[in-house]
Amino acid sequence: MDNLQAIMPMLIVTLAAAATMLAESFRLKDERMPLGGLGLIGLVGAAAASILLWNRNTTSFGVVQSDNFALFINFVLVAVGILTILLSSQVIDREELPAGEYYSLVLFSIAGMMLMAAATDLLLIFLALEVMSLAVYVLTGIRRTDAAGTEAAFKYFLLGAFSSAFFLYGVAFTYAIVHSTRLEAVALAVAGRSDVSGPLTWLAVGLLLVGFAFKVSAVPFHMWTPDAYEGAPTVVTGFMSTGVKAAAFAAFVRVFLSSFEPLRGEWVTVLSWIAVATMVVGTVVGVAQSNVKRMLAYSSIAHAGYLLVGIIAGNASGKSAILFYLLAYALTNVGAFGVTALLATRERPRGDLADFAGLWHSRPVMAALMTIFLLSLGGFPPTAGFVAKWYVFGAAVQEQLYGLAIIGVLTSVVSVFYYLRIVVLMYMTDSRAEYEPPRLTATGLATLGVAAATVFYLGVLPARVIELATRSIDTIF
Amino acid sequence: MTPITPAHYLVLSAALFSIGLIGVLVRRNLIVIFMSIELMLNAVNINLVAFSQQWQHVVGQVFALFVVAVAAAEAAIGLGIILAFYRNKETVNVDEITLMRW
Amino acid sequence: MTTVLRLIPLFPFVGFLVNVFLGRRLSKRVSGGIACLAMLASFLVGAISTWTLVQRPSDARVVDDTVFLWIASGDFQIPLTFRLDPLAALMVLVVTGVGFLIHLYSVSYMHEETDGEYARYFSYLNLFASFMLVLVLGANFLVMFVGWEGVGLCSYLLIGFWFKKRSAADAGKKAFVVNRIGDFAFIVGMLLAFREFGTLDFREIAFEAARLSPEVTFGLISLMTLLFFIGATGKSAQIPLYVWLPDAMEGPTPVSALIHAATMVTAGVYMIGRNAALFSLAPITMDVVAVIGTATALMAGTIGLVQNDIKRVLAYSTVSQLGYMFLAMGVGAFAGGIFHLYTHAFFKALLFLGSGAVIHALHGEQDIRNMGGLRRDLPITYWTFVIGALAIAGVPGLSGFFSKDEILYRTFAGGHTLLWTVGAITSLLTATYMFRLVFLTFHGERPESAGSTAHHGGSDHGHGGGHGPAHLHDAPPTMAVPLVLLAIGSVVAGYVGVPHALGGANRIEGFLEPSFHPVAVHAPAEAGVGGGHGETAAHGEESPDADAHGGASVELTLMGVSSLIALTGIGLASVFFLRRRELAQATAARLPAVYRTLLNKYYVDEVYDATVVHPIQRTSERVLWKTVDAGMIDGIVNGAGAFVRGSAALLRLSQTGSVRVYAASIFIGVLLVVGYYLVR
Repeated sequence: MDNLQAIMPMLIVTLAAAATMLAESFRLKDERMPLGGLGLIGLVGAAAASILLWNRNTTSFGVVQSDNFALFINFVLVAVGILTILLSSQVIDREELPAGEYYSLVLFSIAGMMLMAAATDLLLIFLALEVMSLAVYVLTGIRRTDAAGTEAAFKYFLLGAFSSAFFLYGVAFTYAIVHSTRLEAVALAVAGRSDVSGPLTWLAVGLLLVGFAFKVSAVPFHMWTPDAYEGAPTVVTGFMSTGVKAAAFAAFVRVFLSSFEPLRGEWVTVLSWIAVATMVVGTVVGVAQSNVKRMLAYSSIAHAGYLLVGIIAGNASGKSAILFYLLAYALTNVGAFGVTALLATRERPRGDLADFAGLWHSRPVMAALMTIFLLSLGGFPPTAGFVAKWYVFGAAVQEQLYGLAIIGVLTSVVSVFYYLRIVVLMYMTDSRAEYEPPRLTATGLATLGVAAATVFYLGVLPARVIELATRSIDTIF
Repeated sequence: MTPITPAHYLVLSAALFSIGLIGVLVRRNLIVIFMSIELMLNAVNINLVAFSQQWQHVVGQVFALFVVAVAAAEAAIGLGIILAFYRNKETVNVDEITLMRW
Repeated sequence: MTTVLRLIPLFPFVGFLVNVFLGRRLSKRVSGGIACLAMLASFLVGAISTWTLVQRPSDARVVDDTVFLWIASGDFQIPLTFRLDPLAALMVLVVTGVGFLIHLYSVSYMHEETDGEYARYFSYLNLFASFMLVLVLGANFLVMFVGWEGVGLCSYLLIGFWFKKRSAADAGKKAFVVNRIGDFAFIVGMLLAFREFGTLDFREIAFEAARLSPEVTFGLISLMTLLFFIGATGKSAQIPLYVWLPDAMEGPTPVSALIHAATMVTAGVYMIGRNAALFSLAPITMDVVAVIGTATALMAGTIGLVQNDIKRVLAYSTVSQLGYMFLAMGVGAFAGGIFHLYTHAFFKALLFLGSGAVIHALHGEQDIRNMGGLRRDLPITYWTFVIGALAIAGVPGLSGFFSKDEILYRTFAGGHTLLWTVGAITSLLTATYMFRLVFLTFHGERPESAGSTAHHGGSDHGHGGGHGPAHLHDAPPTMAVPLVLLAIGSVVAGYVGVPHALGGANRIEGFLEPSFHPVAVHAPAEAGVGGGHGETAAHGEESPDADAHGGASVELTLMGVSSLIALTGIGLASVFFLRRRELAQATAARLPAVYRTLLNKYYVDEVYDATVVHPIQRTSERVLWKTVDAGMIDGIVNGAGAFVRGSAALLRLSQTGSVRVYAASIFIGVLLVVGYYLVR
């Protein structure tokens, strides 16, 4: 029984997912079932389990470690999951999506994400990554009759499988060097031996790097991102742009800042270039987009770049900055995609920039919420996005990484240009006559309102959360 | 005849991996690309098993089994997606899959 | 007392919330009233706080209000602290006082908007005031930055308030993008300061700075301060980032008065004053500040001389006066610069509001060539406007005289003779263009054709126009009261800084001095501990005693010279634009090149266009079939925008949609990563 403690959160989520699936299979044709409610129960249960496990640093089967770091990510994932489920109900009705499959896939992928953040064995990280990814591939294409959706799913799937082959190859080489896939064994072997710096080592490090870079959509492994984000149903985009990123960064940090930390010299240059390219491409190409989802996709690429800066800084403030950033980004981005999702109609599902024209005049609350999320994405004080960026760049400056910090600041300054474009559209243009945006439901309002309030809370009173984040990183060995 | 050393396995797996890689890059048929990816995964399996054999260490083989399982799941989902896609577009040529770009 | 400070920015913020959430349902009277009340409350709290502050001994005039610990990382903690010291107190009074009057003025100026728009206007205005107060009261860079970004955002929204006017939306974007350039420098400077000093608190940085000796060569402090100065040039419209301010006049006139004359644009000056101790360590930066300031003052002054749009003249005049303030900062006369900031707030707000009254009366007419003889119909506007003009021209006895004189004297006394000369010339220009404005607008006769030319699309206050010249209304009471009060302010505001040479005590300098060179020794409990014990101010030349003796005669002479200059300028204007207008045209005709250069603002926009914008645009248009929003912004902004957009459009071409290309990109990435290890 002791062995089960650390996996309790993911276990609960998995059970909820299974329950959802079962309930769906027992459902009569026109019977309405609160399937999302099962998911919410599961997520709340996972959160409760995570709270109970806090500070206890339990281990299951020697390969799953529920240290505070993993638990912090759990909280982020639970928040993302709850927001996603609450926002989804309206979309599921509107698009006639299969509710049972939808919710269980969301939950399964969250279980995979949690596992990914807690896994301390490369084999398990790979498995968790696949559990997460396979579910998300399907979610991307869940609108089976939509050509764009299936195309997005297909591209995402194919490239995801392609990149996991590289990742796996990297794991194989790591295994070849250290005779084990346990992260602590890797750390020991890498730290204790001077002869590790051979071709096998850099193949291992390089290929693992590629695998993670793909999942966090870093340049040049990012090209699937805009297509997948655009084609997926918008709520799903919000989910995968935050959940997948959080999980992938968690594993990234665990592998590179603990196991491969002694080999820092081997990967830090490469990663710096990747970070620079990611920030620049994400920002610059985002400027040219005319679709909100694509634009936010590039924005998420740019944000991955800022997070990479945190990894490169690699010091305590960098690590805690990553955790804080992931939380801030998750809430903000789910919110921004949420507004876009609730604004879409059956006829206009893709989120054209033009749909936002004059929104302030037709749906002021939605416009105000969107403004908050966009300002946070752009890093305006006093929102969560600003504090997050401040921490990341501050950590970089502490390590004298002036170049990275300057490029980061520069790109985030430029990026505001495209976030503000939406704001301009909402406030400074007339609403279009032929398009009446749907009303905000009470659930939608409450969900987005809570997200927006939290974005402000994290911007105004980040100290406590930062402290939590700082304590969380102490526990990664 | 020289004995088979780990280096041979490494080369074999690298060759298979490269064949798969090239397949992904040059083929146009969805199914073939997908098969090429499976080839890459199996190339890695050879690697894992070879090292498992060399170190007399079971983890590599277990890992390979897991990879096979994952590959199977991937195949199921991949084919499902391809099928859904084919129903919409009636093509399996990747160069025609450019609804979303730029 | 200590928790009162937070109320100052809070009141306008509450006003903002009320108007933004309930605005549509409120009548104009209520939403305008709430906005004004919020400002008044904020002013009263500010005044009371200042009063209690003044009761303290001069070296203990610091009050901190720490709301909570904002950001903590390791040992470095950044609290959300508001701090009232003499400098902040002065700014608070200016922002809330002048701000309140401008809110009041807006109540009738904006009355033709619909209820929803009216509430939107006042919510922006209140939000702006709130952020401005955060900027002013912030005790560290990060809190200041919150305000800094916030006022930029509000300014942007307010410039584009009449978004249906294309030029207004464009101007908003231009202001925004130019300010981002400044913000970038500011953030990088902030990160550097954080790393160097381990704190962002202004006082603590000043204490740290007091331990360092000035940098002779270009070092870290110089770089840092230079970055801050670049940030300031963006916000305060100095060369080369001034191009946005004249265009910002597309916003409603009260906005121009509040944001683009009295408060926000002075933030850069304030920021330098706030960090006087730090800037004093970087002589190179100081020289740059002084030279840029002087150059801007001269350039904008000459442009102002020939502009024909009443608000544009005032806009260039603002740029020019801001240049003066930077000159003061650059020569180390921090108190002088802030003094001028303070007097300028009164007379420039007055002039803008006066121009608003004119525009209001003429139903949107802004071209001074179509005006004339208005002094008969608009007596209140006329007389208050003249007082403002006299004040800005530096006529003895009015506020502008004292502050401008202080700056010029300090410049001269500091040995910057060339800068002084240019400053004096600019002062002549100021007097001339201001009275050109007065004479063309209010004197002479209104051209016959003017009444019916209900002006082009750029009209500020267009309600149809075409009423004919017959019947003009002077400012209604809610507009007249602010005008009169500001006029009184423009006269008397200077008497807090009567120089020693005239037998005054220059109270303002003594009052502000502790803010520039804070000394920790007597500071009460809430001030941080730190070095600088009993150290005297680094700048001996600034101690008031010095000029009481030796400098008095020089100062008196200079004063005489500048009075003469002001009167000459007014005289010139009266000759050219009142008595013998044909002379002005003749001069313009005789010097066509000069005239045209000035009229076209030195072709700066065109130069930016030709060197940066067009080449990029042409290539991108030729290469790309899909240029997004081409020509959205002009000037340098267009350059930056087009550059980014051009490369964006190029880069996005790589996103072909083909999976094989994407896979190839991943593969290339792998090759690069692995290849790096091979060639290393």
